[in-house]
Amino acid sequence: MDQDALTELKEHIEAALDQDIVKASLENGELTVCVVPEHIDRVLKFLRDDARCGFRVLVDVCGADYPGRKNRIDVLYHLLSMTRNLRVRVKAQIPQDGSIPSVVGLFPSAMWYERETYDLFGVVFEGNQDLRRILTDYGFEGHPLRKDFPLTGFNEVRYDDEQKRVVYEPVHLVQEFRSFDSLSPWEGEQSLPGLDKAASEGEG
Amino acid sequence: MAEHDLRNFLINFGPQHPSAHGVLRMILELDGEVVERADPHIGLLHRGTEKLIENKTYLQAIPYFDRLDYVSPMNQEHAFVLAFEKLLKVDVPIRGQLIRVMYAEIGRILNHLLNVTSMALDVGALTPPLWGYEEREKCMIFYERACGARLHAAYFRPGGVHQDLPDDLINDIEAFCESFPKVLDDLEGLLTDNRIFKQRNVDIAVVSLEEAEAHGFSGVMVRGSGAAWDLRRAQPYECYSDLDFKIPVGKNGDCYDRYLVRMEEMHQSVHIIKQCVERLRQVKGPVSCIDHKISPPSRKEMKRSMEALIHHFKLHTEGFKVPAGEVYSAVEAPKGEFGVYLVSDGSNKPYRCKIRSPGFAHLQAMDFLCKGHMLADVAAVIGTLDIVFGEIDR
Repeated sequence: MDQDALTELKEHIEAALDQDIVKASLENGELTVCVVPEHIDRVLKFLRDDARCGFRVLVDVCGADYPGRKNRIDVLYHLLSMTRNLRVRVKAQIPQDGSIPSVVGLFPSAMWYERETYDLFGVVFEGNQDLRRILTDYGFEGHPLRKDFPLTGFNEVRYDDEQKRVVYEPVHLVQEFRSFDSLSPWEGEQSLPGLDKAASEGEG
Repeated sequence: MAEHDLRNFLINFGPQHPSAHGVLRMILELDGEVVERADPHIGLLHRGTEKLIENKTYLQAIPYFDRLDYVSPMNQEHAFVLAFEKLLKVDVPIRGQLIRVMYAEIGRILNHLLNVTSMALDVGALTPPLWGYEEREKCMIFYERACGARLHAAYFRPGGVHQDLPDDLINDIEAFCESFPKVLDDLEGLLTDNRIFKQRNVDIAVVSLEEAEAHGFSGVMVRGSGAAWDLRRAQPYECYSDLDFKIPVGKNGDCYDRYLVRMEEMHQSVHIIKQCVERLRQVKGPVSCIDHKISPPSRKEMKRSMEALIHHFKLHTEGFKVPAGEVYSAVEAPKGEFGVYLVSDGSNKPYRCKIRSPGFAHLQAMDFLCKGHMLADVAAVIGTLDIVFGEIDR
């Protein structure tokens, strides 16, 4: 993608939306615009309708969870302009039980993406008329892509031969789930056992 | 007539239905035989791929991408490896790029063959899938000869591809490029002017370019509506900018035009593969980057060099670390824009890996596409959307 065009676009967006955006940055050749969550619909409308933007395709909406942060959830919108051949990423940070205006009215394609983000991260999209779960099971509880949701989940299913139906049971792990930190003692500041000895031998 | 007599009929289409192309459950509201509303229920094949990837090293995450769209596995791997290679700032040697492009195009043929022929099956033609599968089988053998697996390849690796191709495989791929267009012509002879096929596809699910943009369509769904939008041309990756190919576009944006576009794309893929074959004969050299911090050293080297052995061990246990940052990389997969949004925190595992699958956006337009059509057209619409549940449900 054209870097000059992106830089120019960044300046244009910064000038036009200076009330709504927190910051705009150009990293790895990609333009990211951080916005105030309450104004997301205004920003996306501008990006869609402005003659110099023309981002008429909403490619994706997704979330990302950063538990250490106060506003722990990122909601990300990826937009594409076919006429200008440019992409932009719009990012809004919201708290754990926060909400963000829905953009289904602007982009019909946002419907399932918002449902998915709600399902996996628990983000509530205000104004979305059909905010049902989409990927997980009927009657599922929790938001699996949050970092505090365990990889193994809480419930498992199996077919029960006596009851002649599928039953839900709490996950039973025969062996505890192992998470390797992959840290290597050969890196960083730590000293190795015997290293001091080797050094003194070198001197002697 | 009393009010209670005017009731719409609800039917449950799937989850086990041969023309649903997988596990799609769809609630259809019918007025007589006319579809009033379609509500697809997805997620029956949800495996939590994104969550699993967060708990695996980059190398271990690659095989998950084969299992998304299992009709064209290597195209998905391509998007993922491009994403972290962008963060790593690694360059793939030209021979590696050519092999990747060649196999991505074989993947396109695999996908379109299955789609076109099974769509024909859905609207009543039995012969095309039988002929198509014979050719698909040949392509899958090319997969097998390159990487040992017919389906779940895991062939695109960080910095290149896993192994070099033997010369006789390249010869056989070239021979396939000679014989395959004839089969395509035979298929077209069966379908293109077929009266029943046209009755079932012409003017079904017409999408204008504005609607395609609003619904987030990509790939053939956009090209069928008349836009020459192809990521291989618009935002070229690997060596696509050096290769010659044409972008077929449709005129009316209906199922029939999309069928024609797919047929022509297969011809173009053959053309690209031929160019790759020719260049692979001339270009020798490594197939993956020589930085052994990222791609493992050869077996032969490992037997002699202590350092190579250490590199191999480290790569296959700890993996490599990717600099912190976020990146979105998209490829023109056969079904449309397949993208990966990757966040790295500088460790050896992806912090977040969102998979943007084209089928997800296409399927959600089901209600918009089916409204006002007959129940029988639903099968044609599902066929034209080219959906595979591995990638939609993830």
